[in-house]
Amino acid sequence: MTVIETKKLTKTYGSARGITELDLAVNEGDFFGFIGPNGAGKSTTIRTLLGLIFPTSGTASIFGKDIVSQKTEILRDVGYMPSEANFYNGMRVRDIISLSAGMRKKDCSEEAKRLCERLDLDCSKRVDELSLGNRKKASIVCALQHKPKLCILDEPTSGLDPLMQREFFGILRERHEEGATIFLSSHILSEIQKNCTRAAIIKEGRLIALDSVENLSKTSAKRVTLHGVTAVPEGISVKSAEVSEDGVTFLYGGEIKALLSAVDQMPITDMTITEPGLDEIFMHFYEKGGK
Amino acid sequence: MTIYIKELKQSAKSWLIWTLSIGFMMLICVMMFPEMESQMDSVTDVFANMGGFTAAFGMDRLSFGELMGFYGIECGNIMGIGGGFFAALAGISVLANEEKERTAEFLLTHPVSRDSVLFQKLMSVFTQIILMNAAVVGISLLSAVIIGEEYKMTEFVLLHAAYLMMQIEIGCICFGISAFIRRGSIGIGLGLALALYFMNIICNISDKAESLKYITPYAYAEASNIISEAEIDMKLMWVGIAISVLAVIIGFMKYLKKDISA
Repeated sequence: MTVIETKKLTKTYGSARGITELDLAVNEGDFFGFIGPNGAGKSTTIRTLLGLIFPTSGTASIFGKDIVSQKTEILRDVGYMPSEANFYNGMRVRDIISLSAGMRKKDCSEEAKRLCERLDLDCSKRVDELSLGNRKKASIVCALQHKPKLCILDEPTSGLDPLMQREFFGILRERHEEGATIFLSSHILSEIQKNCTRAAIIKEGRLIALDSVENLSKTSAKRVTLHGVTAVPEGISVKSAEVSEDGVTFLYGGEIKALLSAVDQMPITDMTITEPGLDEIFMHFYEKGGK
Repeated sequence: MTIYIKELKQSAKSWLIWTLSIGFMMLICVMMFPEMESQMDSVTDVFANMGGFTAAFGMDRLSFGELMGFYGIECGNIMGIGGGFFAALAGISVLANEEKERTAEFLLTHPVSRDSVLFQKLMSVFTQIILMNAAVVGISLLSAVIIGEEYKMTEFVLLHAAYLMMQIEIGCICFGISAFIRRGSIGIGLGLALALYFMNIICNISDKAESLKYITPYAYAEASNIISEAEIDMKLMWVGIAISVLAVIIGFMKYLKKDISA
């Protein structure tokens, strides 16, 4: 079952670009990564899906329901964590968590308590006194306390220390194992590669790649390292070349035969060809302007 | 109900400060009446020689020597300015503050429809205005008991009903405007209430500006008319009710289709 589906979803702000003809499909049980740098359209996509802003054209559905006309029904089963968590000044953390549960007409007190303990969140503090990290923690509790079927998380780890990031992803993985679909927007590629099963890359408002993280990593570009030389081979097109005392390393997306011919006359002592990391794939997509 | 209660809790401190301030000023004013009454001759002379100023505040048709006349002029101005400002602030900030404080994202990503959010917020504005007026009426009645006087109850009730409606109208207009704006709400709210207040003064001074009475809610809450006629100008009040309903409808229409800023 497709949990999130967008068809030619477009959002413009006057003459400014938001997202353009986005075709996205997130399946039930996916741990889905949504990758792009700041300003690529990640938050616009999420805000459109959640009904905070309205599409200019195209359609989108969550759980098979239209995001505009059936927004309230959809949000019952969605937990959302924004990139910047802002709450009502003067309220205490426990009041915010309770308000969030109240708006869902659910008693989530036990799960909220469990999450607060795991995240080491002091519920008696006023929200305007919280650090960025603690505001994030309160936001996590609000997003997850009702055990949603779909978790939409926009840059969730910014402001969380590494220990809390680990705990947070631990909680997410548990929810995923329990059957929840996770939609994680991030520009931190290592956390996508480590946690997600599928991912999409967005560039300047357009989707330029959507596949399993494994397949995305198996793109035609390879990381080639030559030892014993300090110059890149001539006659072939390479990217992201780095020269060191030990050798030279670069991304190569062409024919292997052409590569071997190019290095044939070079005094190399060793050569390795590896799959590049997701960060390199991301740069590859960005440099060549999409598939 | 969750949002309605949240709104009331959030505005409780502001409500208390405004209510106590207005109530305290009403109390002081009424307490001053026995002294004013004893100096009535000189006071009347002073006001009689103030030309347009006398008409502007309706003092040409009310007697300072009677509690009801004194109450209408003095307390009317306190309720007009204080109550009007309070209603304007309550209405103008109720939606705009969500975007200004960037809490709209939290609120609107919960399973509550936007029309329900708007309805609960509007009800909270009405509740604050009604409770403030109830408290002020209570303080006014208590003040009269303290000085051993009695109001003319028909005029007193009509006067406060008109003040209440006037504040609700200002609250509704500001609620409607609140749906359009994202920041700078306080200035707009207070400016609007002040503009409407002065429109009524201009209307009282000049016959040429009579048409302004159909715009400003202060016209049907004019104490000199209500106390001297013992009735509210219902024609003006119906116009006020129509403006209120229209402002709320426009506010709903705008907010239901509004892109919420990040």
